[in-house]
Amino acid sequence: MKIKRREFGKLLGAACLGATGSAKANEYFAGWPDSYGMLTDTTLCIGSNCRKCEEACKKVNNLPPHKTPLSDDSVFEKSRRTDSENFTVVNRFENAADPERPIYVKKQCMHCNEPACASACLVKAFTKTPEGLVIYNKDVCIGCRYCMVACPFNIPSYDYFDAFQPQVRKCTMCYDRIKEGKIPACAEICPKEAITFGKRKDLVDLARDKIRDHPDNYIHHIFGEHEAGGTGWIYLAGIDYGKIGFPDDLGQTPYPEYTRGFLSAVPLVLIIWPVMLIGFQKLSQRKENTSKQIRSSKEEG
Amino acid sequence: MASSISKELSIRSWISQKLLLGKSFSAYVKDLQSPFNVIAAVILAVGLPITWIRFTKGIGAVSNLSNNNPWGLWIGVDVLSGVALAAGGFAVGTAVHLLGARKYHPVVRPAVLTGFLGYFFVVVGLCYDLGRPWRLPYPMIVSYGVTSVMFLVGWHVALYLTVQFVEFSPAVFEWLGWKKIREWAAKLTVIATVFGAILSTLHQSALGALFLLTPGKLHPLWYSPFLPVFFFISAIAAGITMVIFEGMLSHRIFGDQVSAADHHSFDDLTLGLGKAASAVLFTYFCLKWVGVAHDYRWAYLGTPMGRWFLLEVFAFILAPALLLFWATRIRRAELVRLGAVWAVTGVIFNRVNVSMVAMNWNNPDRYSPHWMEYVVTITVITVGLLTFRFIVNRMPVLYKHRDFDYEH
Repeated sequence: MKIKRREFGKLLGAACLGATGSAKANEYFAGWPDSYGMLTDTTLCIGSNCRKCEEACKKVNNLPPHKTPLSDDSVFEKSRRTDSENFTVVNRFENAADPERPIYVKKQCMHCNEPACASACLVKAFTKTPEGLVIYNKDVCIGCRYCMVACPFNIPSYDYFDAFQPQVRKCTMCYDRIKEGKIPACAEICPKEAITFGKRKDLVDLARDKIRDHPDNYIHHIFGEHEAGGTGWIYLAGIDYGKIGFPDDLGQTPYPEYTRGFLSAVPLVLIIWPVMLIGFQKLSQRKENTSKQIRSSKEEG
Repeated sequence: MASSISKELSIRSWISQKLLLGKSFSAYVKDLQSPFNVIAAVILAVGLPITWIRFTKGIGAVSNLSNNNPWGLWIGVDVLSGVALAAGGFAVGTAVHLLGARKYHPVVRPAVLTGFLGYFFVVVGLCYDLGRPWRLPYPMIVSYGVTSVMFLVGWHVALYLTVQFVEFSPAVFEWLGWKKIREWAAKLTVIATVFGAILSTLHQSALGALFLLTPGKLHPLWYSPFLPVFFFISAIAAGITMVIFEGMLSHRIFGDQVSAADHHSFDDLTLGLGKAASAVLFTYFCLKWVGVAHDYRWAYLGTPMGRWFLLEVFAFILAPALLLFWATRIRRAELVRLGAVWAVTGVIFNRVNVSMVAMNWNNPDRYSPHWMEYVVTITVITVGLLTFRFIVNRMPVLYKHRDFDYEH
C-alpha cells in the first residue's frame, strides 16, 4: 500500500512537471549495477619499506619513478597528496591504541558513484563508466580546474609546469587493464592483500563479513559505502576515519545534488524574466506617455 | 595617379581624425608623455615578460597555484570581482531602458562601456588561468557539460559580451559616422537590455553557485545555499557603486568632454545612484544574516574566522551602506563617492574571502599569491584602463554626438 501511494505521488508529480525522467533522477543512485570497485583494508597495509602499490601505479601509468628508494621511510614524515607524478600515495598516521603499529592509508581517486568532478566539468571531460571507473578525457579539457576545487577528497592534480598540453591527472582504476581483463596494478602487487578488486556490491558484502567476523579489528563503518553518495573505492579501518586523513564532514549527499537546485532554477529565470521585464518596460512607457499627455493638455488649457 | 594620391591623403586624414585625435603622428606620440602613461609603460615592461613566461613555461612558473589551491588571485580578483564590478552596465541599463529611470540616461553609455570592457578583460585574465586557453570555445562547440554551473557561466559570459557589444555599438557607429547601421543598432537596445538582464541574473548568481560544490572546503560562515543570491545582490551593489566611481574618475580626467549642464546634473545622478546602492547594500547585509541563521552558524562567530566574517559584514557591507544612506540624506555627492569606493572594495573583499581566505580554511596548505600573479592582475587592469581611455577619447561616450538623435 505504501509503495502504491508513493508511486501515485510520483505519477502526480511527473504529471505536474511533465517529466517522468526527472522524477526518477531524484532517486538515490547506488552506482551502476555490476560496477567494479576496490576495497582497501587499512588494518592490513604495512606501508613501511613497501609502497609497492605506488611503484606499480607509476609503472602502468608511465609516471617518473620515485626519487628515493622505496625502503626510505622518511617520506612518511610529511603527509603527502596525489599529484601529477603520483596517482596514489601511502600516508602514515599515529595509532593511539598501539603506538608501535602506526596506520598506513593508501590514497587515490575514490571513483565516486556520482562524482563531483564530473558534475563540475563544463566540457564533460570526466565520465563515470558503467564499469564504475571515473576517467578523464584530455582532448576536451580546457584546464579550468573546477574539478579540483569540487573534489571533496582533493584528488585530481594538474600539470602546472606544462604550458602547452597540461592535463588533469588522477587514478583511473587502471581502466586499460580492466578492459584487457586484468585487475588494477596496485591490487595485483599488494603483498598483504590489503587491496581487493571486485564488483562493488561484493566488496561491500566482504567488508561487512570482515567486520562481523573480526569485530575487535574494525570499527563498525565502511568508509565510502554512503559517503558523498557512495564511492567505488571503499575502506575498512580500526580507528575513526577522521584520524587517518579522511574528511569526516562529508555527509551522504551526492555532490551533484548541491548544484541541482540552482540549475533547475535557470529555465525559470529564462522564461519568467523576459515577460516580467518587458512588462515593466511597457508600464513605464505608458506612465511616461500619460504624464506627457497631461503636460501637453495643461499647456493647451 | 592623382586619384591614388588623394586616396592616400584621405586615409591619412581618416587615421589622424579617428585614431590620433586630429593630431599628426609625431604630435600624438609627443603628447603621450604623461605621468600615467609612464607608470603604465613600466607596468607593461614587467607584465609582458611575465606573460611570456606564463605561456611558455606554464602556470606554475609564475604562480603559487597548487593542487590543493587550484584557484587564486586571478580567479578571485580578475574573474569573480571583475564580473561583479562590471554589473553596472546591466543594472543601469535595466533601470533606464526597462524601469523608466530616464534621468540616468547620461550614465548608461559609460556604464555599458565599463561593463563591456570589464567582461572583455575578465576573459583576458581568465586566459592566464586556464591551462589551455585556446580551447575557450570548447564548451560552446565541442563538448557540452550541461550538469556544470561553469558551463552556464561560460555560455553566459560569451553571450553577454555579444549583447554588451550590441548595446555599445551605436557609439561605435556614431564615431565611424555610419548613420543607417547606427539607427538599426539603436533599435535593438530594449531587446538587448532584456537579454542582458536575464544573462546577468543567471551568471552573476552562477559565480556564487560554483562554490555550492565546496561544502567541506569553504568556511561555514561563507558557505551557504544562498551563495547564488549573495553573489547576485552584491554584484548589483558593486555595479551601481562602480558606475559612481567610474563617473567620478571620468569627470576628473575627461572633464572637457562633458557639457556644463551635465556637470551640474552629475551630482544629482550620483546622489540617486548612491541611494539605490545603499538600499541594495542593506538588503545584502540582511541576507548575509539570513545565511548565518538558516544554517545555524552562530557558534562560528566567536572564532578567528568569525571575526573576519564580522569584519566583512559590518565594515565592508553595513558601513558603506550607512555612509551612502547618510550622504544622500544630507545631499553630499563627494561623500557618496567615498561610500561608493568603500562598497566596491567591500565586494572585492567578499570575492577574495570566498575564493581564497575562507576557502580551504581547514587545510594546512594555505595559498598566498606569488608576486608575479599580482603583476599579471595589475597588467590586465592597466591594459583595460588604457583601452577605456582610448575609446572615451574617440567615441561619444560621455557626450552626445551632435549629428545623432538620442530618443532611443
